[in-house]
Amino acid sequence: MFPTAFDYHRAESVDEALRLLREHEDAKLLAGGHSLLPMMKLRLAAPEVVIDIGRIASLRGPHATADGVRIGSLTTHHALATDPMVAERAPLVAEAAAHIADPAVRHRGTIGGNIAHADPASDLPAVLVALGASVHITGNEGSRQVAASDFFTGLLETDLDEHELLTAIDVPMQSSAGVCYAKHEHPASGYAVVGAAAVVVMEGGQCTEARLAWNGVAAVPPVADLSSLIGTAVDDEAIAAALADWSTDDPLGDLHASGDYRLHLARVYGRRALACARDRANA
Amino acid sequence: MGRTIRVEVNGKTHECEVEPRTLLVHFLREELELTGTNVGCETSLCGACTVLIDGESVRACTQLAVQADGCSITTIEGLGSEHDLHPLQQGFWDEHGLQCGYCTPGMIMAAADLLGQNADPSEAEIRTALKGNVCRCTGYHNIVRAVQSAAKRMAGAAS
Repeated sequence: MFPTAFDYHRAESVDEALRLLREHEDAKLLAGGHSLLPMMKLRLAAPEVVIDIGRIASLRGPHATADGVRIGSLTTHHALATDPMVAERAPLVAEAAAHIADPAVRHRGTIGGNIAHADPASDLPAVLVALGASVHITGNEGSRQVAASDFFTGLLETDLDEHELLTAIDVPMQSSAGVCYAKHEHPASGYAVVGAAAVVVMEGGQCTEARLAWNGVAAVPPVADLSSLIGTAVDDEAIAAALADWSTDDPLGDLHASGDYRLHLARVYGRRALACARDRANA
Repeated sequence: MGRTIRVEVNGKTHECEVEPRTLLVHFLREELELTGTNVGCETSLCGACTVLIDGESVRACTQLAVQADGCSITTIEGLGSEHDLHPLQQGFWDEHGLQCGYCTPGMIMAAADLLGQNADPSEAEIRTALKGNVCRCTGYHNIVRAVQSAAKRMAGAAS
């Protein structure tokens, strides 16, 4: 099983990558290749031109910023899962990255490739939405910044234009927050049947902020309305009540899990993630 | 159409022209005739094709040969030889860590990556590290023992 033939170009800089994107019709960017190459081998994608951005040093690595972490788009899942600075400043990203597939995949798969592919069963999209992260995009007309919640626009669809390049993700730090990623993992593929990403901020025993988003449930990560938890101690009963009637239109359903089952799992894992995040916030 | 790449494989430098769509696993097996690395599921799920690139475990079936240009690659052939087995190879032999042997090269390369980072892994750590390597024969118990045996042997050799 191998891809159809293509022309290969290696870009040494962001500018060169943008120039190559301008010059070639039907081109795809290659980072770690762990989303694109499987698609090409299955002939679900057959680009005429592949532009390898995997060696652009400026896109690599997480860096601490004044209010969080800037994660270069070429940062591998392995780096996110093992970097102590990420564990301290963006613990939800580190926790979710450690859930992705297995070590060999994490060594090559990148955060930029992952979210640009926008597989709803992946682990990072809901995490970035729950954290209020933003995505840096650069193109011929300059650079722009998009909220993660606006970046994902549909099944395998994002706000990225075909001539644009995703350069970095900014994750804001909330040192007082408790966070948790609770995942029901598909046993063969490792993808999320459902993955719940929770952020809870507690001050003096009372919740001042609570956010919850899910992978695997819908084409775009849905977000729960948790206004009923604000000002409470976020006890288990309050969490159960907040999610009791939660649902979303058009849940994903396939041979692994029906839409109704995913909605059920979303409530179960949502409760677990919120309770865990609360406990971590109180600890 | 072709592109020239330079790679170091098991300590030996090769300069070859490859078609861009050539996957690393096919390059290793068909160009360099290093057939120890197996092709399994071809969908990056089974781990049979695991090799080390610059010391890190990687799926050779989900990697273009052109992406490995300039890199140092270790395959099962580079780990030990028939008369001088690597501690992991000896461990798999001693502990019956294989039956059909198809998964073994990838399993050993993934275990080599683990032992490179963690010289004394627990059973749970071994199982987590080998999560992406599927074996349909052994039930994994003997594979865990093989890795533990190799870790002991390597610790003994180091001290």
